[in-house]
Amino acid sequence: MKKVFINGCGVISAQKTFDNKEFLKEVITYNDRVMPVVNPVYKDFISGGAARRMALGVKMGVVASNLAMKDAQLESVDAIITGTGMGCLIDSEKFLSKLIDNNEEFLTPTSFIQSTHNTVGGQIALGIQCKGYNFTYVHSGVSFESALLDAQLQLSSGEEENILVGGVDENAPHTLEIHKLIKFIKEENTDTSSLLQSNTSGAIFGEGAGFFTLSTKEQESSYAEVVAVETLNTLSKENLEKKATSFLEENGSSIMDVDVIVLGNNGDVDFDGYYNVLSESIFADTQQVYYKHLSGEYNTASSFGFWLGAKILKTESIPEVVKLNQKQTSTLKTILLYNQYRGENHSFTLLKQC
Amino acid sequence: MSKGVAITGMGIISAIGNNVEENYNSLISGNKGISRISKIDTVHENAIMVGEIAFTNQELEEQAGIPPDNNYSRTALLGLVAAKEAIKDANILDMAAYKTGLISATSVGGMDMTEKYYYDYLESDAHRKYIEGHHAGDSTQKIAEELGIEESLVTTISTACSSAANAIMYGARLIKSGKLDRVVVGGADCLSKFTINGFKTLMILSDTYNTPFDDNRKGLNLGEAAAFLVLESDALVAKENKKVLAYVKGYGNANDAYHQTASSENGDGATLAMEKALKVANLNPENIDYINAHGTATGNNDLSEGRAIIRVFKDAVPDFSSTKPYTGHTLAAAGGIEAVFSILALQNNVIFPNLNFTTPMKEFAIRPQVKLKEKKLNTVLSNSLGFGGNCSTVIFSK
Amino acid sequence: MEALKEELKNKIIEQLNLEDVSVNEIADNDPLFGEGLGLDSIDALELIVMLDKDYGIKLSDPKEGKKIFESINTMAAYISENSPK
Repeated sequence: MKKVFINGCGVISAQKTFDNKEFLKEVITYNDRVMPVVNPVYKDFISGGAARRMALGVKMGVVASNLAMKDAQLESVDAIITGTGMGCLIDSEKFLSKLIDNNEEFLTPTSFIQSTHNTVGGQIALGIQCKGYNFTYVHSGVSFESALLDAQLQLSSGEEENILVGGVDENAPHTLEIHKLIKFIKEENTDTSSLLQSNTSGAIFGEGAGFFTLSTKEQESSYAEVVAVETLNTLSKENLEKKATSFLEENGSSIMDVDVIVLGNNGDVDFDGYYNVLSESIFADTQQVYYKHLSGEYNTASSFGFWLGAKILKTESIPEVVKLNQKQTSTLKTILLYNQYRGENHSFTLLKQC
Repeated sequence: MSKGVAITGMGIISAIGNNVEENYNSLISGNKGISRISKIDTVHENAIMVGEIAFTNQELEEQAGIPPDNNYSRTALLGLVAAKEAIKDANILDMAAYKTGLISATSVGGMDMTEKYYYDYLESDAHRKYIEGHHAGDSTQKIAEELGIEESLVTTISTACSSAANAIMYGARLIKSGKLDRVVVGGADCLSKFTINGFKTLMILSDTYNTPFDDNRKGLNLGEAAAFLVLESDALVAKENKKVLAYVKGYGNANDAYHQTASSENGDGATLAMEKALKVANLNPENIDYINAHGTATGNNDLSEGRAIIRVFKDAVPDFSSTKPYTGHTLAAAGGIEAVFSILALQNNVIFPNLNFTTPMKEFAIRPQVKLKEKKLNTVLSNSLGFGGNCSTVIFSK
Repeated sequence: MEALKEELKNKIIEQLNLEDVSVNEIADNDPLFGEGLGLDSIDALELIVMLDKDYGIKLSDPKEGKKIFESINTMAAYISENSPK
């Protein structure tokens, strides 16, 4: 079984993360219900001819993947595996609203074509002329981890050497409106710097893209090793501790070995309890970090958490702004990530220093 | 040499039947399920033909055994019906006894409800329960719950028309790697105004019965369907003394990287996918007895796929046919229902006819099999080629 | 005819989202597809809808579009001859 390394990262988010030189030095706080991304200059990466059809999500995916490959000094990859929770919403809404408003007349194909879930994966392949394996996973909060697991299987078995893996989600007006109506989004503007003390239902929605080049080849610039990924469609609070423990043990680790636990708390009082089960018991003495006050909540926000974990291991430092508690960490070797969305689709990821 | 991953159960619902047996009977008697659309109110109703399933959503709820107060989209209902049949066929009594996963596929998801209530959601709360059912993973999540799959690997693939084929190959890989002992794989898609209009704008919908590989082909007929297979590890098959229907022997996925929707003229992606599948199967082209082609009857696909088949098989192209004249193009479910048809072909040693064919294409000499043909079959190759250049091939064997 | 050509250039830029292209960069005789403006088959479908919506001309076969959309000149000529509006 070969080891799997994170060799490159490209993240576009509500923070200025596309500039990977810094590590959350200047952080943007929001007082809102939805957080927009901080965009790079897309024109620098995508020709006008190609960009004219691309909605935000596709642009983010294409640029983030570009950044990740540059970061790893790769010209090509063997496979492209993408995750997205809601797909290309902007074009879906465009096509659907026109369809209804014009009673199915005078519709044009561009937004229909751009609305298929695998548009990002297809566009990236087109851009770098990659004819290899190309899958898109669309499963709510584990969309990114599903892509990660697939990549990890192919790399550890030696089937492939370099795989581009990413998660991307974009917001669109109608979808935001209806999610406000069903209270998935917080009812009031909320200050992200005190997100976890908001004590209200719903989350602050965000959007973004997190792409990574995973490889069987360790290099000078490698961030971390991906040891294991597991996803579970359901998991009760009662079984959570047991599951976290067995996940670690099955992968050659233990609770004592975990130096940092990266948690997906999003300030939703109805569901953050899952994280508290771990942070108040078996990981009470572990350094805990969170990130959704920086990224917002979206189905593939855990790709931001993945970047955070990788960057902590590479830089051997933890930005103050992500710390949930203050624990002395003598080593920064092993990181556990745990995420879930509205009580479903749980994931555990284990990263190690390389 | 590995015999492949064992298939121990299958389930299907399509325009030609509500279960495996009904589908098989339609296939061998040439009964196509293509008609004018009846359940969706569309201005295009007289300009298109579809492979529509006769049941209303209410009737599907009853078949699937779920209470009337639910937020299932039609996609989820179709999926559940087919998944339940597959589990029963595989004789699974205790889901939790082994590490079991579910990999489903869809492109429509809950769009059938979203398009109905798009503006209504903003005015009244009467139908808001369907909002959380819009996303592609929802039907999968519901099926897992109904089947009793808990704390497991459950996910959804959405790569347009190759989706279910990709679900099958991923499931096979998970069994081979030992990550799962058992996995339910397949896909579901229902008809929707969104897809009908979408394909209409691409001008690839036919106003009559679809005619794959015919020189005068006018385009595809959309269809709706769901199909699932149960894959199990050799250890499980031995331990429980399971009957094996067939094996997933080989598989391959490749990307055309040519254009967003059209396939490259020489079918690069399809060629690569078929070659990959043969390699995984450790087979040579001459070992393939029948190809169930993607054959959507669009100008572009049939030319591109035909060329790809010739590139791979050269002078020895096996019997091939498209079964889309029976069911229509069921988008994300296509790879799933055609997997079931491939297994039926193997089990019964019969090649299903490529219906509606009259005039051979000018560009090459190969012609599809137009009559039902009895022939000893050991291997069947199934192609599913989708938007975004996503090309998939799965090889089934006895 | 000149007004129609100008109108077509504007419509093409808007419909096909050609943000970086200005009206005077499109020569009347330049090829629109392949080289020149570099439009593709999806753009052709977009233009077919534009022909219907704005000029009342319905094309049933997308292949007809190839000749019509060769250049601004051919488009303008076709529309003046065939538009019921």
